[in-house]
Amino acid sequence: MALLEVDSLSKSFRGLRAVADVSFAVPEKGIVALIGPNGAGKTTCFNMIAGAMRPDSGRVRLGGADITGLRADRVCGAGIGRTFQLVKPFQDLTVLENVTVGALHKHSTVAAAKVEAARFLELMELGDKRHMHAANLTLPDRKRLEVARALATAPKVLLLDEVMAGLRPTETDRMVAVLKRLRAEAGLTILLIEHVMRAVMALSDHVIVLHHGEKISEGTPEHVTKDPAVLECYLGEGAV
Amino acid sequence: MSDLTIAGRAALIALVVALLALPWIASGYILSVSIICLYLAYMGQAWNLMLGFAGLLSIGHALFVGLGAYASGFLFTKWGVPPVIGVAAAVAIAMLMGAIIGYLGFRFAISGVYFALLTIAFSEFVRILLDHAKFLGGTEGLFLPVTQASRRGVDLLNLRGWTEMYYYVILVLAAGAFLLCRALLHGRIGYYWRAIRDNPEAAAAVGVDIFRFRMFAVLLSSGMAGVAGVFYAFYYNNLFPEQVLGIERSIEITLAPIVGGVGTLFGPIFGAFVLTPLGELLTDFISHLKGWGIIGKDVKVDGVKLMFWGFTVALIVLLKPTGLWPWVCQRLHLVKPPGQRGS
Repeated sequence: MALLEVDSLSKSFRGLRAVADVSFAVPEKGIVALIGPNGAGKTTCFNMIAGAMRPDSGRVRLGGADITGLRADRVCGAGIGRTFQLVKPFQDLTVLENVTVGALHKHSTVAAAKVEAARFLELMELGDKRHMHAANLTLPDRKRLEVARALATAPKVLLLDEVMAGLRPTETDRMVAVLKRLRAEAGLTILLIEHVMRAVMALSDHVIVLHHGEKISEGTPEHVTKDPAVLECYLGEGAV
Repeated sequence: MSDLTIAGRAALIALVVALLALPWIASGYILSVSIICLYLAYMGQAWNLMLGFAGLLSIGHALFVGLGAYASGFLFTKWGVPPVIGVAAAVAIAMLMGAIIGYLGFRFAISGVYFALLTIAFSEFVRILLDHAKFLGGTEGLFLPVTQASRRGVDLLNLRGWTEMYYYVILVLAAGAFLLCRALLHGRIGYYWRAIRDNPEAAAAVGVDIFRFRMFAVLLSSGMAGVAGVFYAFYYNNLFPEQVLGIERSIEITLAPIVGGVGTLFGPIFGAFVLTPLGELLTDFISHLKGWGIIGKDVKVDGVKLMFWGFTVALIVLLKPTGLWPWVCQRLHLVKPPGQRGS
C-alpha cells in the first residue's frame, strides 16, 4: 500500500481550475517528482496535502488515515514535513534556532532539539553558518535551511518545493546524494516539485506530470521525458 | 548569566545592589519616581511578551490594568476583601478579557494593525462602560480608603504601608516578570512564539499550533497586567476610568519597550529607566519655564509630555529601530557574541 495517497484532488480559484481531479500515490521509501510548466498546479497540490489549503474535493491519505483538510500543524503531526517554494525562514532567528523550532516537534527540551538541529545543519552544509540570522542567508542557503527545518520535524513524508533552484550543478548533486542517503538510512519518503531536471532524473523513481491542473502523464523519468504529451506541454505543439 | 561578559556581570550585580539599597539612600521623590520606573518596566515586560515575543501588537493594555485595578479596588472598598485575595479576581477578569479579544482576533484571522485596532476598541468600550458604572464610581472615581495609620508600617496582605513597601513590591514584581519572561523566551514556548512572530505559516508547517500559543501569550500578558492593576489601585488609591484606561495609558505602556528594544528581555527595563526620569526632568523644566514667564501658565504638562514621547518614539524608530538596549549592550560589550556561548 502506498504511504501517501492523493485521490482526485481538485481546487479552483474564482472559477479557475488550479488542480483538477489529480490522483497519485507515493509508495513508502519512494521518491516521486511532480513536474510541469509554471502554473500547472504543483504548489497548489502541495498546499492541499500539507494543510495550508483546503481542497474543494478529493481526499488525501497518509498511511491509510484520512488527513484531508486538517490544519497545517496537524498534518505535520501526522508525519508530513514541507518546504516552501517562496522560502519562509524565521527571519530574526539564527539558522540554528530556525531548525531548532522544527526539532522541538519531536524533542521536548530546547537543549536536545538544538543537538538534533545541529545534525541537520551539518547534513545541509549549513554548519558553519549556524549563528547567522536567517535573513542574511543567500537564496540557495535559505532553500537548504527550509530542508533542514522540515527534516528536523522527523517526517515520514517530506514535501520539497523547488529546493534545488539556484544551486550549482555540483551542489545539486550533493543535495541529491543526501536525500538518497536519507531514504536509504532513515526510510524517508519524498515527494518533490522540481524544475531542475538533473535532480529529477537522478533522484526520482516515479514522475508525475501536471499541466493546466491535470495529470497528463506519469511513469519512470525515462518514460515521461519521451512522452509526446509531456514534450508538447513544455515545448508547444508541433515540437514533436 | 552565562551569556554575560565580565563587564555585563559587574553591571548586573551593580544594578541589583543599587535597586535593593535605593530606599535607604534616596529621597522620597527619587523613590516615587523609581516606583513609576519599575511599574513601567513590569508593564513593558508584559506588553513586550505579546509584541516582542509572539508578534501581537496591543495598544489597549491599559484595559487589562484597569480591569485588575477596578476588580481588586471594588472588592476592597465594598467587602474589605484584601488585595492578596483580590488579585485572583483581578487576574481572572483581565485574562477573561484577554481570552475574548484573543479568540475574536485569532479565530477570525485579524492580525497586525487590525488586531491592534481590536485592542483599542475593547479598551475604549470598557472605559466608556466604566464611566457609566455607578457602583464603581463612574466618572466621579472609585476611592480606596486610606488613613494616616495605613500609610505607616508594612501590611502586605492589605498593601498598606510606607512608600518603601510599595517600592519593594513593584521591584519584586518587575524582577519576577523579567525572570519569567527570560525562562519562557529560552524555553520551547519562546522558540514557538518567535517562530509565529516571524512567519506564522512556516511555524504551522513545523507543527506549531499557532492559535494555542498566541492565545497563551495574550492570556499571560493580560494576567500580568491584571496584577499591575492591583498595584496601581492600592498605590494611587483612586481610580478614574479616563486616567486608568485612557489610550494615553496604553501608549505609555508601549514606550519603554519600544525605546529599550522590542523583543529584548532587558529593553523594557532599560527603556523605563531612561524615559521616566526624562519625563520628570521635562515636567520640572516646564514648571521653570512657566515660573520665568517664558510659556503661559495654562500650558498643560501632560500635553507637552505626550509631544515629547511622540518625538522620542519617532527618533528611535528612525535611528535605532531595534531599540537602545541592543546598541548599548554591544557598545559596552555586556553580552558575549552567539559563537562564544556555552550552547
